[in-house]
Amino acid sequence: MKEIVVISGKGGTGKTSITAALAFLAGKDAVVADCDVDAADMHLLMQPDFARSEDFYSGEVAEILQDECTQCGKCMEVCRFDAISIIDEQYWVDPISCEGCGYCARVCPTETIFNKDLNVGKWFISSIKTGTKMVHARLGIGADNSGKLVAKVKNEAKQLAKELDKEYILIDGSPGIGCPVVSSLSGADFVILVTEPSVSGIHDLKRVYELVKKFHIPAGCIINKSDLNSQKSQSILEYLKEKDIVHLGSYTYDEAFTKSMTQGLTLMEWEDTGSSDKIRESWDKTKQILNTL
Amino acid sequence: MKIAFTTKGKDWDSMMDPRFGRTEFFLIYNEENEELSIYDNRAIENEAHGAGPKTAQELFALNPDILITGNGPGGNAATVLEKAGVIIYIGAGQMTVKEALEAYRNNKLEKF
Amino acid sequence: MKIAIASGKGGTGKTTISTNLASCLSESEPVILVDLDVEEPNSGLFIRGKLLDEYLQYKMIPEWEKKTCTLCGECQEVCNYNAIIQLGQTIMVFPELCHSCFACSELCPADALPMVQKEIGWIRTYQLNQLNFIESRLHIGEEQSTQLIAQTNSFVRDNYNQDMPVIFDAPPGTSCPVIEATKHVDFVILVTEPTPFGVHDLKLAVDTMRELNKPFGVVVNRFGIGNNEVFEYCENEKIQILAKFPNSREVAELYSRGELIYDKIPEFKNELMNLWNKVKKELHN
Repeated sequence: MKEIVVISGKGGTGKTSITAALAFLAGKDAVVADCDVDAADMHLLMQPDFARSEDFYSGEVAEILQDECTQCGKCMEVCRFDAISIIDEQYWVDPISCEGCGYCARVCPTETIFNKDLNVGKWFISSIKTGTKMVHARLGIGADNSGKLVAKVKNEAKQLAKELDKEYILIDGSPGIGCPVVSSLSGADFVILVTEPSVSGIHDLKRVYELVKKFHIPAGCIINKSDLNSQKSQSILEYLKEKDIVHLGSYTYDEAFTKSMTQGLTLMEWEDTGSSDKIRESWDKTKQILNTL
Repeated sequence: MKIAFTTKGKDWDSMMDPRFGRTEFFLIYNEENEELSIYDNRAIENEAHGAGPKTAQELFALNPDILITGNGPGGNAATVLEKAGVIIYIGAGQMTVKEALEAYRNNKLEKF
Repeated sequence: MKIAIASGKGGTGKTTISTNLASCLSESEPVILVDLDVEEPNSGLFIRGKLLDEYLQYKMIPEWEKKTCTLCGECQEVCNYNAIIQLGQTIMVFPELCHSCFACSELCPADALPMVQKEIGWIRTYQLNQLNFIESRLHIGEEQSTQLIAQTNSFVRDNYNQDMPVIFDAPPGTSCPVIEATKHVDFVILVTEPTPFGVHDLKLAVDTMRELNKPFGVVVNRFGIGNNEVFEYCENEKIQILAKFPNSREVAELYSRGELIYDKIPEFKNELMNLWNKVKKELHN
């Protein structure tokens, strides 16, 4: 069982569309996981049935038991996040400002404040149109993605892959370079970096690759919209060579990406514009590499 | 020598856990008396952040000389393990515990 | 007049709209542009002003004083973030995990954990004619972007005349950093694309703005691709569409080279001015 993670650093590179197309190609051989929970869009192309859904808790938030509060004000004094205020002569916690540090609960003389687990969203296991399972999640407003949520989604996917005896786990990874993307990468066998030839695309590719390198995970790269700036595409290719990253393909700018998306289809199900062949090539290369690992 | 493994299960035939910070178990093999002991690390699932240093601290208490794992620890955990003087070998993420020990003995694993 | 430019999903053109709007307005009046996408600040790739100053930004973290420490373990007990741990005879602090709540420091019975400054990033100020550009960047590995955004907002409030237009380029998403970046502004422009992904993420952003009670409107970027769903959604929800920027290969190419667009494509500039007039009108009401 091999774990493949697709990441991009920057938004808007086509990462999710490409991951969905790869998921279509992998078909029944893969369990799919969406760890890009800040912008969890992949399910829009996979027809999930949301068969199983569970609440997800991450971090904590303080709560004051109004009946037992003696209004001593200690909690407000120690809070560094301005999360406690007085409304109608009662102390209240603003859950959005509260960072769940628990300091207030520790200094409360009457033990009137306690920290409760914070419900940040839901996670799902769905059957999807490619005849396999997908694990995905949805965050509530103001909730932060966390290493914990990503680990949960990945663990469930792994469990399923084991039970169903699947060859691959294909993961739409988290954006950025923080804790969630670290958790996305942890345990992966291969990373696919999706980038575009723009100043910001290259900038973010380099930042995220520094992280991949730390984990000693072999990596490949797809350059999307490669014809928008051939000079920048060239410098990406040079960067890949220098860093020993496999070039999995360069895709020219193709409106089929959005056209297929509006129909809820992956690129592989759309009329052939050349991109689908390119994606198939990338997937074959990826499989070859995985076989040699 | 005490050798620690990050694992998914409790015996020699279990799969290794390629992750360090969120590993499910540690198996500790004591080469002197050939005993294998188990440390259950599954409570780590409840930590939203900082799983790496927390797990490294738990491992420190188990006092191993060597750690065998998959990808290797992240920055914070690596700092703790360095301080604890644990020598780390990586690349055993897809093996069983038995195979990982073998690979280590045959110098097949990369030093972190 | 403070305006934030935000989007649910990354890569919709938030930075394109912010940098072009600010530059375009600055041709006729003084303007402030603030890049609050502190993890990936990209506005600076398009605005090449003269660097005026740099202000290092700090957060407070505990520092272990070995001499006074009794190794009681209280600090690691109170820390909810695993940012401080005891390792035998040593206390280790992990600055990136620390949220600066002060609990370990103030609850330490031996006063062995004084709080000290730790650099987390910087604010840089640039000048290009009438455009004041403020860039805020978090160092790699740091996680407290919300705090740096709050500090940058205070910096702008304390150092600039707020009578001129202030445009904030907010981070993408709907989590705490976005809330911090938008909660003090007068109006929010949500940038989206007319695609299913764009609409899905726009809905999350709209929910967030409604939760915060913020007046907002929508800009549809890359108009012409995708479908009509975004317009139907906005009509049903009575959300004003402030502007539509047509999909154009020329725009994408200019963007990829790090160039501004309004000074090369007149239609783009017209639509920017329409957008600005509508925003001003909204603020009057």
